[in-house]
Amino acid sequence: MPRREIISGNWAFAEAMRQINPDVVAAYPITPSTDIPMKFAEFVANGKVDTNFVTVESEHSAITACVTAAAAGARVMTASSANGVALMHEIFPIAAFFRNPIVFGLVNRSLGAPINIHCDHSDSMGERDAGWVHLYCEDAQEAYDSAILAVRLAEHKDILSPVFVCQDGFITSHSFEAVSMLDDETVKSFVGERDADLPLLDVDNPVTYGSFAMSEYYFEIKRQQVEAHRNVLKHYDSVARDYESVSGRFYPKLDKYRTDDADFIVVVMSSASGVVKDVVDELREKGVKAGCLRIRMFRPFPAADVAEVLGKAKAVAVLDRALSIGGTAPLSAEVKSALYDAGAHVPLQSCVYGLGGRDFFPQHAMEIFADLQKGNIRAEERYIGLLE
Amino acid sequence: MAIRLKDYTEKISPLSGGHRLCPGCGAPTAVHQGLMGIDSPLVVVNATGCLEVSTTVYPFSAWRVPWIHTAFENAGAGVSGVEAAYIALKKRGKIDKDIKFVTFGGDGGTYDIGLQSLSGALERGHDFTYICYNNQGYMNTGAQRSSATPRRANATTSPAGTVIPGKLQRAKDLTAIVEAHHIPYVAQTTLFNATDVAEKVKKAVETPGPAFVNILVPCVLFWGIDPALQHEICRLAADTRFWPVYEVENGKWKITYKPKKRVPIEEFLKPQARYRHLFKGDTSKALLEQAQADIEFEWQELLDRCGETWDPAD
Amino acid sequence: MKKEMNSAEMARPKKWQDVPMAGVAFGASAEAVETGQWRSIRPVWDSEKCISCLLCWNQCPDRAILTDENGKVSGIDLFFCKGCGICAHVCPKDAIEMKPEADFPSDSGSR
Repeated sequence: MPRREIISGNWAFAEAMRQINPDVVAAYPITPSTDIPMKFAEFVANGKVDTNFVTVESEHSAITACVTAAAAGARVMTASSANGVALMHEIFPIAAFFRNPIVFGLVNRSLGAPINIHCDHSDSMGERDAGWVHLYCEDAQEAYDSAILAVRLAEHKDILSPVFVCQDGFITSHSFEAVSMLDDETVKSFVGERDADLPLLDVDNPVTYGSFAMSEYYFEIKRQQVEAHRNVLKHYDSVARDYESVSGRFYPKLDKYRTDDADFIVVVMSSASGVVKDVVDELREKGVKAGCLRIRMFRPFPAADVAEVLGKAKAVAVLDRALSIGGTAPLSAEVKSALYDAGAHVPLQSCVYGLGGRDFFPQHAMEIFADLQKGNIRAEERYIGLLE
Repeated sequence: MAIRLKDYTEKISPLSGGHRLCPGCGAPTAVHQGLMGIDSPLVVVNATGCLEVSTTVYPFSAWRVPWIHTAFENAGAGVSGVEAAYIALKKRGKIDKDIKFVTFGGDGGTYDIGLQSLSGALERGHDFTYICYNNQGYMNTGAQRSSATPRRANATTSPAGTVIPGKLQRAKDLTAIVEAHHIPYVAQTTLFNATDVAEKVKKAVETPGPAFVNILVPCVLFWGIDPALQHEICRLAADTRFWPVYEVENGKWKITYKPKKRVPIEEFLKPQARYRHLFKGDTSKALLEQAQADIEFEWQELLDRCGETWDPAD
Repeated sequence: MKKEMNSAEMARPKKWQDVPMAGVAFGASAEAVETGQWRSIRPVWDSEKCISCLLCWNQCPDRAILTDENGKVSGIDLFFCKGCGICAHVCPKDAIEMKPEADFPSDSGSR
């Protein structure tokens, strides 16, 4: 039976994993994602899943085992955060290159140093060119739903790409909220069974994975991955609609909150969008045409759709929860690039907020909107909530 | 389970011709000899290294069996993932064959950068055999020293100079480190006797749980030998006790090849350019004496572990 | 996807769409690679002297020693042989002699 329970984002993701019952999970503990493998270990210990759970000795080995298990033909899931994600960096492009449909619970946490356990997006943003699909969730409900949806997205024959399902560390991962969950049978039939292409364990048709490919073919193989991501943009909505048909919940690539007629739009990802949406409502009551565009899918970046939403606005602010020191913050860079391609010259303020778990309050969002209305827009990046 | 070579000539090696390893390289010989006694379907996991690069120059592959490589430091984790998938898929009725898993790593990928991943895989008890094809240095990047490089050898990052006579440190005793994981089968051998290599690997593969075989293989370029000397150098490595041939079965240490007579270490060192500096100048005699003393010390250590004695006909 | 591909078809992909998924290569496709071109000296085998002890077969890095159905040495595969000379060196009966490639101007050993 479908149920509604008060659980955390991590537990919600772990619940989805239980229902998916993957063939292999290889994981290593790191705050704040540790709850996911811990909870999953309980499921294993109590016979709630029959997954082969591999308790590896590092994140590097976790993702390596996931990659080889997926190449072998298994359905594979794992989770990690921050420095663990950074340690996996070498292997992420290999997963994408092997077209491994791994679903990965990435619980965003700031990348040390200084060591800090709280949320920002510096960990996943470091992996934005790895060839993985990036989905950023607003709350625990979305983390749960995305885990299930991502299995179908990753294993889509025209896609075959690994997927990061990101949620904000502590803010989402450790906060308890009401989450509606599907019954086990519904999830089981929605995800079906993996039908792997060219599985390594097919000993009658031996294949070689991970060849030494020099300048003659390296480029061509990478070009195929570009195509896979173009196919994500093409097929995502149909997978999301399929999920809607079993859950009643539809998750578009872009969460457009009161943007249709908006003059002033704040672009943001993950949990901070809740704050921005509240402020949008407050401003709308005062007659200000405010809107919030939450980017749920960051890779592939739905640039044309973003430009369509923002192109008509009078001013836009982009909120990044990560820096690109010496350059433009990642989300801001993507949005600017999308507007340029669309020939839209919209005044745009780049803002960086929330690093290392710094709180983001409604007052901050209110000030950002106020500056957009006043036309107080600067070329340089602004830092929200910084002691200065 | 004595192996008769004649019975194996009809079998096709999992590694075909057409690979690009150097003429006289020991690595492919270790693969041919090691895997010739295996009857089960195999999946091979390879760490980055000469064997990996030279056998899979895209779009060609010299592997007749399924083969996977991801990176340098993670072959232990790589085989863990494949084996975990096999167990899961078999349990769920999606695979019905009995498949064995063999991992190849050079000494760089095994003694150094891959040690953590190997240790993790051994501790977890996956059912696989790890074969270290040990040529005692980083050959794929141009003969740098590794923790397997023996004392006094010349390597490009421990060159024999006017002040320093090659590598100063003793090689790590990886076989003993692996044995300390209390896995059921550990062995050390070299390409001096194909039957020995084949039997040890066969035993390793057929033993449930993790197994490890450390095979000393010559690198023609780094060792600076005539390519034709592969077998002779390996025989001298065993006969001079430079590379003792032994196995540890469920904690029981046993020397499986005891030279019939005392062969001085010079005979192993002399044909190799990496030891050329030991045969020149005023320090030559002292360095060679030290080399012999190291051999005696390490051999005694091994005899003690095995609870054995050695009485050669001098 | 998987059913359409085999090693012959992928021998030399012409455009990016033709490269197999994940850049996989297929089992033993390297058998098409003639490493015999590397050789500067050539093993010449004397069937009269050979006792088929298989030392050469065992020690050959390139699996270039050919054997017949009875497990007897039957020749040398010059398509793969890189000319290392191990076979001649290990032979207890001097049944293999290494000769300069220059001695075989009209016969490269290619298939």
